[in-house]
Amino acid sequence: MGVAIAIVRMKDLLAVVMLLGIYSLLSASFFVAMDAVDVAFTEAAVGAGISTLLMLVAITMTGRTEHPTRHKPLLALAVVIVTGSLLIYGTLDMPYFGSAEAPIHQHVAPRYINDSMQEIGVPNIVTSVLASYRAFDTFGEVVVIFTAGMGVLALLSVVRRPRDNEKIDSYNKSMHEQHLILRIVTKMMIPFILLFAFYVQFHGDFGPGGGFQAGVIFASAILLYAMLFGMNTARRVINQSLIQLLAATGVLLYGSIGVVSLLNGKEFFDYSVLSADPVAGQHLGILLIELGVGITVASVMVIIFFNFADRRDYSASKENKDL
Amino acid sequence: MDTLVQISSSVLLLIGSFLCISGGVGILRFPDFYTRMHAVGVTETLATSMILVGLILHNPDFLVDVKLVIILLMTLFISPTASHALANAAIHNDLATEKNQKSDNANNDEVKPSNP
Repeated sequence: MGVAIAIVRMKDLLAVVMLLGIYSLLSASFFVAMDAVDVAFTEAAVGAGISTLLMLVAITMTGRTEHPTRHKPLLALAVVIVTGSLLIYGTLDMPYFGSAEAPIHQHVAPRYINDSMQEIGVPNIVTSVLASYRAFDTFGEVVVIFTAGMGVLALLSVVRRPRDNEKIDSYNKSMHEQHLILRIVTKMMIPFILLFAFYVQFHGDFGPGGGFQAGVIFASAILLYAMLFGMNTARRVINQSLIQLLAATGVLLYGSIGVVSLLNGKEFFDYSVLSADPVAGQHLGILLIELGVGITVASVMVIIFFNFADRRDYSASKENKDL
Repeated sequence: MDTLVQISSSVLLLIGSFLCISGGVGILRFPDFYTRMHAVGVTETLATSMILVGLILHNPDFLVDVKLVIILLMTLFISPTASHALANAAIHNDLATEKNQKSDNANNDEVKPSNP
């Protein structure tokens, strides 16, 4: 709560970004204390990792301090207080937080908990609910992430002139001395980070994990490389059109699983038609859609970062025409 | 043997927690950026390593121990590198030390006032 108050009151945006990272980490530890480890993992990876990084890149473009507001919005404060108190009054009749008679624990949740192991056969119930029982909602999440990437591409993409390769190499050599330790340690760490991303992706059936966390960790390895070795080198290593193709491929893979189920006579996203044994079909379906989720999330994060950095380079190079 | 393992794991966890707290006290009490970085960089690495070794001794399951060893190795790599990155960035951007007369970087040729 103190962190939230500090975030609202402070004017220095760099400190606010750091505080947001701390807030995400504290939220992740709450979730662990409440036994929701999948959610905690996603919150820690996205909130304390990628989100902090993307906001830092954003404030390099917008400037570091918040503009002072000139008027006190008292009318807005009154509206918020009235609406908030009405909402709290509306919840007074509901059952207590976590009580056993709440409707959420009566109808759907016992069915999922009781039948998940026979019908789907993966030990992690969160994955089975996310990927099989509620696959349509997860499809909506993936499409939202894809749309965010498309929005960034539509608004912020800049057509780039092809850079001179020798100038890039000489620039890299001159910067190598200054960042020597960081570059060497990063070169050692990046393969392990990528390997861990694959582990999280395919281990989501048995422990916390799955496509979202794995995509974020994979993207953060690529962003680490881009930060330390320069954007020009990173653009030569990571082809931009390939990444955009991959983002679309992930969503397409996810949607086509649903269409294949339709074409085989069952409902949308019913995986039992994918193989002779229905449980094996469920496993195959979960594997493929988590792969689609991971591919899309990783590609969209990389797209967003590269376009932010492109925009910053573009506006910085409009003043001075150097590398 | 078993009680020895339990006692040593508890002692390591306590020492790790104490080092963490002392690193935090160091951030608050030291006068200058570089001394604060030194305080937290050294104690944080050691504290995390001790807490992890204490957890390894406490836990009988093999797979969890392997994961904890991997986390320990990663921490030993990443934590000093992060402290180095911060201090390097500060030197590169000419953040002066407490005494305004000169800073330690030989490439500097101008003095800026420090704001602790």
